[in-house]
Amino acid sequence: MSTPLHEPPPPVRRIVVDWAPRVVTPLPSGNGHSPSMAPSPDAPTVAFPARTTKERMRVENLTVRYDRKEAVRCVTLPVRQGEVLALIGPSGCGKTTLLRTLNRLTELTTSASWDGQILIDGEDVHALEVTQLRRRVTMVFQQPNPFPMSIFDNVAYGLREQGSKRPGRAELEPQVADALRRAGLLDEVADELGKSALRLSGGQQQRLCIARALAVKPEVLLLDEPCSALDPRSTATIEDLVVRLRDEVAVVIVTHNLQQAFRVADRVGFMFLGELVEYGEASQVFGNPRAKRTRDYVAGAFG
Amino acid sequence: MSSLRMPLGAARPGRRSAGAPSSWSRSDRIGVAACWAAGILLCLICAAILIYMMFRGLQNLTPSLLFSHPQASLNQSQSGGFLDPLIGTFVLTTMGIVIALPIGIGVAVWLVEYGRPPWLARMVESGVEVVAGTPSIVLAIFGLLLFTQNIFGFLSFTAEGNAVFGRSFFTAGAMMSLIALPLVVGGTREALLAIPHHVREASYAMGKTKAATIRRVLLPGARSGIATGATLGMGRIAGDTAIVTILLGASLQLSPQGGVPILRTLRGTGGTLTSYVYNNSPAGEGQAPQKAYAAAFVLLLIVILLNFAVDMLGGRRRNAGWTK
Repeated sequence: MSTPLHEPPPPVRRIVVDWAPRVVTPLPSGNGHSPSMAPSPDAPTVAFPARTTKERMRVENLTVRYDRKEAVRCVTLPVRQGEVLALIGPSGCGKTTLLRTLNRLTELTTSASWDGQILIDGEDVHALEVTQLRRRVTMVFQQPNPFPMSIFDNVAYGLREQGSKRPGRAELEPQVADALRRAGLLDEVADELGKSALRLSGGQQQRLCIARALAVKPEVLLLDEPCSALDPRSTATIEDLVVRLRDEVAVVIVTHNLQQAFRVADRVGFMFLGELVEYGEASQVFGNPRAKRTRDYVAGAFG
Repeated sequence: MSSLRMPLGAARPGRRSAGAPSSWSRSDRIGVAACWAAGILLCLICAAILIYMMFRGLQNLTPSLLFSHPQASLNQSQSGGFLDPLIGTFVLTTMGIVIALPIGIGVAVWLVEYGRPPWLARMVESGVEVVAGTPSIVLAIFGLLLFTQNIFGFLSFTAEGNAVFGRSFFTAGAMMSLIALPLVVGGTREALLAIPHHVREASYAMGKTKAATIRRVLLPGARSGIATGATLGMGRIAGDTAIVTILLGASLQLSPQGGVPILRTLRGTGGTLTSYVYNNSPAGEGQAPQKAYAAAFVLLLIVILLNFAVDMLGGRRRNAGWTK
């Protein structure tokens, strides 16, 4: 058996980007990773406006399983530079799993497997060495996790190749400074780059983690509830940063906090029980959700 | 009933701030008192040892004892000090920990970061536990058996007739490393386990390999735990007697073998403070209890200093960390 859905299974909205969204009814049987595509009659048709933003990643029919349990089902989604994509949904809905699959971090879990297709700049991620992919799609975690080394070394960590010729400090200095500036941390730590990163405050640590993730010049930046361990002031700083970053890197942020999603996101994907129920512009998802469950969730009815 | 009243009693302002509230049952109160008394008793025993050894040690310790070679003499004014055993303690401790550190760290990294197949990991774990539980006299006898084989002749010296002596700083250090090994493994393991999983993932998410993550993130992060384990292990080595008696010869002076400067000391026999204390105490030949007291005091100081270092390292570790 696959996902333990409610009985009878509720209709879910399956989004095919740039097409009209359709509500589909997942088959109640065990071969559940290919739900029926037949549109339900009451599905409203909405066309997405074409954006001028650049698509960096595309997820096609992604299904992620832990053993036989499906955590993400048939999700199709674009990740674009120039806009912030927020994934929202109740706990356990698969949004973090989806995020972690984008740079193949789920593969570290032995029970996890995925099928479907993930493209980065039109190229299948399987064509890339996994370390190469992860340098192009970097990630910031829920808990600030600087490495036990100096601030400088933390940012330089990703830049230093493991090979025989390691770039020297002078060579790395401009790149490190640039990453710290982009993460809005340079002014605070410019004089103490040699200090241990673990001495920084929580908010500074998280911005250091962002700087570390930006230093390798990724195309996509994944943020997994980056503010959930931070106080409101640090949260505001990070949110400003996320909004400013969207033009240079495609940003995907997973958040529990609906206000935060509303503040930072241009596009919002609402996930429920592993499915992408709704995807659209933030103002539309929050102001005029098409699916009933989105409406309920946004109104705070469950989750 | 009493358990229902307890929180009320504890919360009432102005009541006794600490200790057992009057609502506790008699057996609970006796239990708390017994625990309290046990703690106090331990402190008293510890203080008694320290104060007595300090008293006797300071009474008998003179600077000249630390800097003069011991001599075999019944006349105490001519039997010298314990410079050689002091050097022996430092050399043997260094030797043991130098061998134990790389092996112990390797074992711990494998256990925590790889540990597959699980049955092998369990076997390694019980192996470490067995080594930790083996009495040092057993390790010493085994070591003697092992190192008197002809193949290990280069570690000690070979007498006429091809008999390998088997006793030297090398052979004793090798066996001493087994005493420190479980502590190094334990310290490293705890420290690695204390590093949350998302820190490893953060490194993988930068496109780093597992080897690079261990080398650049995990081992630096486990540094203080490794140091704690190593320091505890050094304390154990400095305090062990059986291996010194059997595998080091427990001689009064260092007796180098061969001609190469440092190697000759390491290949030769010697003694440590523990064997010196034993030999001079009434339990041994009983010639000079005063010197035994002085040496024991120095040994105690060394071990206390090592433990103090452990506390400092542990304190630092608690301050710098990640959220799970």
